[in-house]
Amino acid sequence: MFGLSMKTIYLLIPLSPLAGAIIAGLFGWKIGKVGAHVVTILGVTVSFVLSAFVVLPDVLAGHVFNGPVYTWGVSGNIPMEIGFLIDPLSALMMTVVSFVSLMVHIYTIGYMRDDPGYQRFFSYIALFTFSMLILVMSNNFLQLFFGWEAVGVMSYLLIGFWFTRESAIVANLKAFLVNRIGDFGFILGIAAIYYYFGTLDYGAVFAMAPQFTDKVVQVFPGLDWNVLTLIAILLFVGAMGKSAQVPLHVWLPDSMEGPTPISALIHAATMVTAGVFMVARMSPLYELSETALSVVIVIGAVTAISMALLGIVQNDIKRVVAYSTLSQLGYMMVALGASAYAAGIFHLMTHAFFKALLFLAAGSVIIALHHEQDMRKMGGLKKYMPITFITAWIGALALAGIPPFAGFFSKDMIIEAVHLSQVPGSGFAYIAVLSGVFVTALYTFRMLFLTFEGKPRMDEHALRHVKESPWVVTVPLILLAIPSFIIGALMVEPLLFENYFGDSIKVLAAHDVVAQLGRQYEGLWSFVSHALVSAPFLLAVGGIFTAWLLYIRYPHLPDLISKRTRMVYTILVNKYFADEFNNFVFAGGTRIFGRWLWKIGDVKLIDGLAVNGTARVIGWISAVIRHVQSGYVYHYAFAMILGLFLLITFFLHG
Amino acid sequence: MVSQYILSIAIWLPIVGGVLVLATGGDRNAPLARWLSLVVAVLTFIATIPLYTGFNLNTYTMQFVENYSWIEAFNIRYHVGVDGISLLLILLTSFTTVLVVISAWQVIQKKVAQYLAAFLIMEGLMIGVFSALDAILFYVFWEAMLVPMFIIIGLWGGANRVYATIKFFLYTFIGSVLMLVAFIYLYYQAEGSFDILTFHDLKLGLTEQILIFLAFLAAFAVKIPMWPVHTWLPDAHVEAPTGGSVILAAIMLKMGGYGLLRFSMPILPDASHELAWLMIALSLIAVVYIALVALVQEDMKKLIAYSSIAHMGFVTLGFFMFNAQGIEGGIVQMISHGFISGALFLCVGIMYDRLHSRLIKDYGGVANTMPVFAAFMMLFALANAGLPGTSGFVGEFLVILGAFQVNVWYAFAAATILIFGAAYTLWMYKRVIFGKVVNDGVKTLTDVTAREILFLVLLAVPVLVLGLWPFPFLDVLHASVEHLLQQVSVSKL
Repeated sequence: MFGLSMKTIYLLIPLSPLAGAIIAGLFGWKIGKVGAHVVTILGVTVSFVLSAFVVLPDVLAGHVFNGPVYTWGVSGNIPMEIGFLIDPLSALMMTVVSFVSLMVHIYTIGYMRDDPGYQRFFSYIALFTFSMLILVMSNNFLQLFFGWEAVGVMSYLLIGFWFTRESAIVANLKAFLVNRIGDFGFILGIAAIYYYFGTLDYGAVFAMAPQFTDKVVQVFPGLDWNVLTLIAILLFVGAMGKSAQVPLHVWLPDSMEGPTPISALIHAATMVTAGVFMVARMSPLYELSETALSVVIVIGAVTAISMALLGIVQNDIKRVVAYSTLSQLGYMMVALGASAYAAGIFHLMTHAFFKALLFLAAGSVIIALHHEQDMRKMGGLKKYMPITFITAWIGALALAGIPPFAGFFSKDMIIEAVHLSQVPGSGFAYIAVLSGVFVTALYTFRMLFLTFEGKPRMDEHALRHVKESPWVVTVPLILLAIPSFIIGALMVEPLLFENYFGDSIKVLAAHDVVAQLGRQYEGLWSFVSHALVSAPFLLAVGGIFTAWLLYIRYPHLPDLISKRTRMVYTILVNKYFADEFNNFVFAGGTRIFGRWLWKIGDVKLIDGLAVNGTARVIGWISAVIRHVQSGYVYHYAFAMILGLFLLITFFLHG
Repeated sequence: MVSQYILSIAIWLPIVGGVLVLATGGDRNAPLARWLSLVVAVLTFIATIPLYTGFNLNTYTMQFVENYSWIEAFNIRYHVGVDGISLLLILLTSFTTVLVVISAWQVIQKKVAQYLAAFLIMEGLMIGVFSALDAILFYVFWEAMLVPMFIIIGLWGGANRVYATIKFFLYTFIGSVLMLVAFIYLYYQAEGSFDILTFHDLKLGLTEQILIFLAFLAAFAVKIPMWPVHTWLPDAHVEAPTGGSVILAAIMLKMGGYGLLRFSMPILPDASHELAWLMIALSLIAVVYIALVALVQEDMKKLIAYSSIAHMGFVTLGFFMFNAQGIEGGIVQMISHGFISGALFLCVGIMYDRLHSRLIKDYGGVANTMPVFAAFMMLFALANAGLPGTSGFVGEFLVILGAFQVNVWYAFAAATILIFGAAYTLWMYKRVIFGKVVNDGVKTLTDVTAREILFLVLLAVPVLVLGLWPFPFLDVLHASVEHLLQQVSVSKL
């Protein structure tokens, strides 16, 4: 295109948002608000257009690129490079990331209109886009970690964007530190790969991996672990941090303190799915370790169901969507654990669209109500905000998994895949994801009904000012609603059953549940008609019906239920007391221990006893010795006589 | 040819320049003293650049060597030269001194000439330490360098400066004396030579090696500083003026690490292996214990000082992994820490100059009044937390890679720095920079001046370049580190 080589195009895709970010960040004061959003949107548009209309078709035509950009460093003769791997998996991710990012950029013009940090915000989200693209385009573990940490930092900066709010700066520190716990495992996983494989290049590592199936490492004396299991689990710890899996999920709900556009972009559509992407990218490693797959599926299943339950009791509209994201990330992990990587990535994609949509719709409501997020003060908004209302419905139907909306296909595929999976833990996971369907539909429609249906519960003043959001907000909603509607039906066949991913995802024949599904699959229409009588669909409809009963038909019921089930309700409202536990045990415990080491170890023992003690002992000895030099002649005379006496004794008896 | 004398120029230009600055006399001539110092510092930096550009990457042998007889009677020689390891440290020294001169421009108003002269003279002596190839020459530079530092802390320091100076002096002096004893022993073993490269080839028994190793360790461990002889550092930093802290953290701590590489490991390979457990244990204690102590500090300078100790623990850990990643990672960590800790001390200095407090609780919401400053400090804080793309990551990453090859658990303990390093740095940042303006002091803060921006940019550039492209830095090290690994792997028994 335009006579550019493909390599130049690959470079342009991440670098154009970077250029936008630098210009908006350093010269934002000069180019003004319009200048800032123009340069960054231009940059992201370039990324999107090139990804979707140049790279994606090129990859579909069978051109895979894997090559270095520059050598980062060499140590011990092993070069570490920065480079790109452009294959179906990365091309799909690039397209999704740049599209959602572009929508969020446009939306931000409306959402952040009056914010004094306007230019800074655009600079950050463009820089985030750059980081995320670097992450997905990487062909090696080093660059993966670069992107991984860079998106983490951008998330940190954006959660704390309103840095005068105490809740925001607590949340961003928490997010960064919890992610760092994940990265702690991740970097050890990378170190393990470097040690055993002697390279950080994906291709080389994947090619060698099958030779390592019998290799063990002694973790403790007497406890040997398979090397690949160790590596896969260490890497997964990183994924648990980034993709907020239990018990490292605690940062994500709090990240809602950031402005809504980034909740949509970073904490729903893109960054939090990095863990899912990473595990799918590492499928050649995970496939070789049943134990690791089992860990993935169990952690994913626990996250999917436990976080969905929390969504039911939240009153903050953004937090409902946040818990929903946690739960859906659990679904994706379950798919990966069942070796249905394609289904996991498929759900990642559909989720990116409909979840970004739901967040932006929530944001649209929030601005209409002047930054009110409590659903108890909403209601009846459908007639004031028709576009937001309709697009939110589409998002909700997609999330609940109602055919033919996008989420239906991807979620159904996951459930079917888990059903077929033989991995230890898949039985539990099946129950979890199945019951999760009911809960998902329930909290989704609870949110929808509380917000848009019923009587308005906000005060008179707020109600008078409610109006539909400007076009910069509604256009992205519409543009996201379209894929939320159709992308599932459109992509289910090519992505899952026509070998779209090719060599970018490897599945052992014994694990290949997607292929088994493919053999049962008899075209779109029969798939949908089968699904209409299947358990997931009935559960989803049941969930919606329950929500209708509770929040429209008998609105006094929820209070009654929560009073009757006091204990369950308390546990859910307090989010299983995970924050309290962490604050008390980890944050508090570490500080107490640190203070103890300082006051006892450094101040008392080393300085007090060893250093000043030595000084004191020397002082004391000199004080004693000083007495000997009294200056009195008879003292010296006595000492001489004593010495003489001792010497004579020594010589006589010696 | 001038190129034969580059090292001597780099050593003596700042010393002579320092004496000249001293000659400008009282504070009436302060502007002259400042400009003269800046010219000398910049010229010295320029003089050290050919060391890099003219450096031969393919050999481990010493380059830019000068070797003359100095004290005939004891065969003490003026013998200097550089390899890859010392080269980077010399460049770091000459670069940092320029920044220190700029940073003192307005802050120091009393005894300006003396202050700047002390730094210039110290610069020459430090370059001498990194290039000396004769043990006595090394020792002279090593000890002489302490004098200007005492003066800097003692004259321009804070309230408790006398206690800090004496503590600093006693600690470092006792260690150095033992090192001198070891040098004299080696002199007799080498049949009357103080040549360091000759020491490298000496045959030594295991007991001898262990005793000498411990004697060296006494000197080097105090400088680095390693746990448990580290407590002088936080005190010295708290009392030192900003420039003193910068040089202390950026360069002086590195002399201990350099000593391990130049003396302990190549001269005493068997003892190095024999006592590796001790070095690793002390390093890991530094990484974990000190990080926890850093977390609860109330004084920003103390916090950064403890953070320095933890990061230097990474350096020594890397060295005693005895592999390329570990040693190169350790060296890169030393360089990177020079930039980052220097930058953080300058950041604290910038705030201190305005509010005269280093206590975290006296700040809050600084970003409201000093947004540009907040952005710079964010970069350096993230670099201190080891963010990829900044220099802080490179060393940590390589050391973790190196440690994993030796023992999974070493890597495990070392990697906790990812969590704790971020925790203490960013928690401090949160309390100081983020939030609402907490008091009238913070409300009156003015953002960084052009001069302050200048030195912050000068530090931000190497932090980012080294992080994004460490290749040229690592490239210089390969031949020397390979040779060192060779030396330390061959037993002398």
